[in-house]
Amino acid sequence: MSTTPIDLPHGAQGAHDAGHGHGDVDPHFQHHFTTMEQQNDTAKIGMWLFLVTEILLFGGLFVGFGLMQGRYPREFVEAHTHLVRWQGSLNTIVLLFSSFTMVMAVDSAKKNKPSKTVWYLVITIICAFVFLFVKYLEYSHKFEEGWYPAKWYRGVGDAIPGSHGYATFFAFYFMMTGLHGIHIVVGIGLLSWILMRARRGEFSSAYYTPVDLVGLYWHIVDMIWIYLFPLYYLIQ
Amino acid sequence: MTTHTETHSAGGHAGKHEHGGPTTYALTLVALLILTGITIGASYIDLGSGNVVVALAIATIKATLVALFFMHLLWDKPVNRIIAVAGFLFLGIFLMFDLIDLDARNYYLPQNVHRTVVPLVPGTAPAPLTEILPNPDEGPTGATPVPGAEAPAASTAPAPAAAAPASEKK
Amino acid sequence: MIEYQVQTMAAKVGDLPRPKKNYLNETKGFWSWAGTLDHKRIGVMYLVGTMFAFLLGGCFALLIRLTLLTPTHKLFGKVLIDAETYNRVFTMHGIIMVFLFIIPSVPAALGNFVMPLMLGAKDVAFPRLNLASFYLWVTGALMAITAMVLGAVDTGWTFYTPYSTTTDGPVTLMTGAAFVLGFSSIFTGLNFIATVHKLRAPGMGWFDMPLFVWGIYSTALIQILATPVLGITLVLLMLERNFGIGIFDPRIGGDPVLFQHFFWFYSHPAVYIMILPGMAIISELIPTFSHKTIFGYRAIAYSSVSLALVSFIVWGHHMFVAGQSQLATVVFSALTFLVAIPSGVKVFNWLGTMYKGNISLDTPMLYAIAFLILFTIGGLTGIFLGTLSTDVHLTDTYFVVAHFHFVMMGGTVTAFLGGLHYWWPKMTGRMYAEKWGRVACVMYTIGFNMTFLTQFFLGAKGMPRRYYNYLDQFQPLHAFSTVGSWVLGSSLFLTAAYLLASLRKPADAPDNPWGGTTLEWHCSSPPITHNFEEQPVVEREPYDYRPVKHA
Repeated sequence: MSTTPIDLPHGAQGAHDAGHGHGDVDPHFQHHFTTMEQQNDTAKIGMWLFLVTEILLFGGLFVGFGLMQGRYPREFVEAHTHLVRWQGSLNTIVLLFSSFTMVMAVDSAKKNKPSKTVWYLVITIICAFVFLFVKYLEYSHKFEEGWYPAKWYRGVGDAIPGSHGYATFFAFYFMMTGLHGIHIVVGIGLLSWILMRARRGEFSSAYYTPVDLVGLYWHIVDMIWIYLFPLYYLIQ
Repeated sequence: MTTHTETHSAGGHAGKHEHGGPTTYALTLVALLILTGITIGASYIDLGSGNVVVALAIATIKATLVALFFMHLLWDKPVNRIIAVAGFLFLGIFLMFDLIDLDARNYYLPQNVHRTVVPLVPGTAPAPLTEILPNPDEGPTGATPVPGAEAPAASTAPAPAAAAPASEKK
Repeated sequence: MIEYQVQTMAAKVGDLPRPKKNYLNETKGFWSWAGTLDHKRIGVMYLVGTMFAFLLGGCFALLIRLTLLTPTHKLFGKVLIDAETYNRVFTMHGIIMVFLFIIPSVPAALGNFVMPLMLGAKDVAFPRLNLASFYLWVTGALMAITAMVLGAVDTGWTFYTPYSTTTDGPVTLMTGAAFVLGFSSIFTGLNFIATVHKLRAPGMGWFDMPLFVWGIYSTALIQILATPVLGITLVLLMLERNFGIGIFDPRIGGDPVLFQHFFWFYSHPAVYIMILPGMAIISELIPTFSHKTIFGYRAIAYSSVSLALVSFIVWGHHMFVAGQSQLATVVFSALTFLVAIPSGVKVFNWLGTMYKGNISLDTPMLYAIAFLILFTIGGLTGIFLGTLSTDVHLTDTYFVVAHFHFVMMGGTVTAFLGGLHYWWPKMTGRMYAEKWGRVACVMYTIGFNMTFLTQFFLGAKGMPRRYYNYLDQFQPLHAFSTVGSWVLGSSLFLTAAYLLASLRKPADAPDNPWGGTTLEWHCSSPPITHNFEEQPVVEREPYDYRPVKHA
């Protein structure tokens, strides 16, 4: 759902309207703002508002998961112990590191170091792919065991009446990590877009808002994982 | 504790420059990795239901670090800070009122809590239950088992939620 | 720089040099509209879209009332619609009216057009996102209509489980439509909050904003904070229905009451997404037509925001008899009374504004007065329903139906009609036929009360809502309500007729036909594409009716 474009000001309307009495000739300047600073602040508020909707969207799943855990504590705890801890931990480290490279990309863009920006973005994208690869290993392990989500669940206990806990657990596991994974994929798209523009040298200390906003998006994806990790992988 | 002082000094260091900078970000990363180590370590200690509390508390510290330093909220305009906090605040409202209701109507089906659980991987021991919940024989029964489910042939029929006669610990 | 000047009705056409190019005729052709980034054109497109939705939902409403005319449901010896179809008709009425009409009507249609003008801005903060949310609305509307053609759903607009996870029909597609419409609403809200924060004209502080903007801002807060939860709830419902997660369906271990918690966490605040913009319009109409500064500006502004916040902690009052715990019902019932405080603050401030004002009874003001009466009845009956003991008796009766129609239609739709007449000259550059406007407004109020006041009596006597069959003893009241729906419907068709007729005549509206003081009356009617010839600078408070002293 986050594929819907956030209105990043990348200047499609351009400078032809910039002549409304403020002499700013930045090609990314949009006519309905008075100053570039106002435009950048507005974009940032918009992004933060979008992030809040992301928090609440994931929040609904977290609440649902927590309440279901309360309903089926034994099955959930039992299922938790079979998630692979090192995979979750590795992914946590990878994502934290990618958050660091992301913020460094923003920092270098702000400091007029476009080649550094490019490299930091490349590392961030590589981290994202590493994350997805580990996720792939994780999912295929679950599928081998028959631990499919919801009605496809074929593991132990699916024939025992009243024992819905496992199917529900794996439904939530796949929904939440899956939705998070979709956000990673979208993030890769956004990062690649920023990477292309950074290579064209579009960003400078005067204009780096898109890098900044994609950075915010990437950090919220990281932040959601910060909560997913202990709640799924560290319960015994 | 060490992590706390580290991040603190990172913040102080950043104050001299205009907004953060590589040193601050690197120290934030180090703090986050150390906290990850702590949370993994803490999960091996059996604290009962305290494990979840510890895990969530550490996660919240990590999320705060990400928000303050990586997402620049420490130096950002107040409006963005308010927006970010509002998201979590309203999520908290949602969770709080749900819990008020669910707790009060004995949502945590005692039948499920005290049922012997079949291990997910055959041959292994099922996970121990560290949480102490009221026994169905003593506690108020909020969710009544559906009568039909007590028939042993219920495995083919759509199974009601509350009942698990086959493995109920009595 | 623009000075606030109070123009009166005497200032007619030709007083001011009218720019030849305005937002309507600057560019032509289909794509100049379909691809526009102009908030005014997007607002007009939303208006056209929501009006079609209103027509469709209204036809369903008339059909419901016609079916209930007699207990046998026969008209000229033939059964009009059977019980199954009846369930689908009232469901479609609810879904279309809530998701396709009321939620976008004031914020996305009128708000899109008026709010940037009121702020003295050239556009909303994110024009492309604005267009995107319109197309999301169109997508959602097409999905809903597809679902309707495929046989419609009979779940009620609330999609309660376990019925919605088991019944036949395109429930998944319909919930998908609501999901998409939810995101349309989110993006509108996001856009408006950013606009209010960053695009106010120079000199306009937070407390110099017109109260309409305060209302729309509060609405946008709810849209941002509540709608994502609706999104995830509907996704969970779709997955539950198709794949059986085990969260809402009791057959597979879920909890249906949990669905109601998830649903009403959005849908109760959504009630305020619907009513707050209506209140916002009234806060404009009353000072303008009383020609008097609004009484208690800050109180009204704060009450909008506090209504938005309070709306998040009262949702459980929809679930008093749904199996919620006693503790939660008591807590929610007590909290529900908080809603009465900001609502009361608003009503008394409006009355205070009218007091000793120089009131002119033009059509928008007639609608504003109708709003005051109807909304007060709707609000007070809400207190009956929020009271735990009376609600047990009244739940799921026509009393509830009458209550929320008094708030949603008597409140929001009345205010919407008032606002539509108020800004019609600004939007189209044309005055409508004032005489017919007043006639229609009186008909509307009479018809509305015949239809819905009756339903309070029906409900108090025990007529359950959503029932196809009813006892013979209820027939007189049902019949009276149905006749009322004809009067109500006629008044709306009459309104549509004279408004559309006004489009056929040449542009004749002055820039400020009502003597309004807010900024939208300081650009031409219709406005030019960039709204203002010069960037307006605000030096006086809104609703300042003292004469301007020229240096």
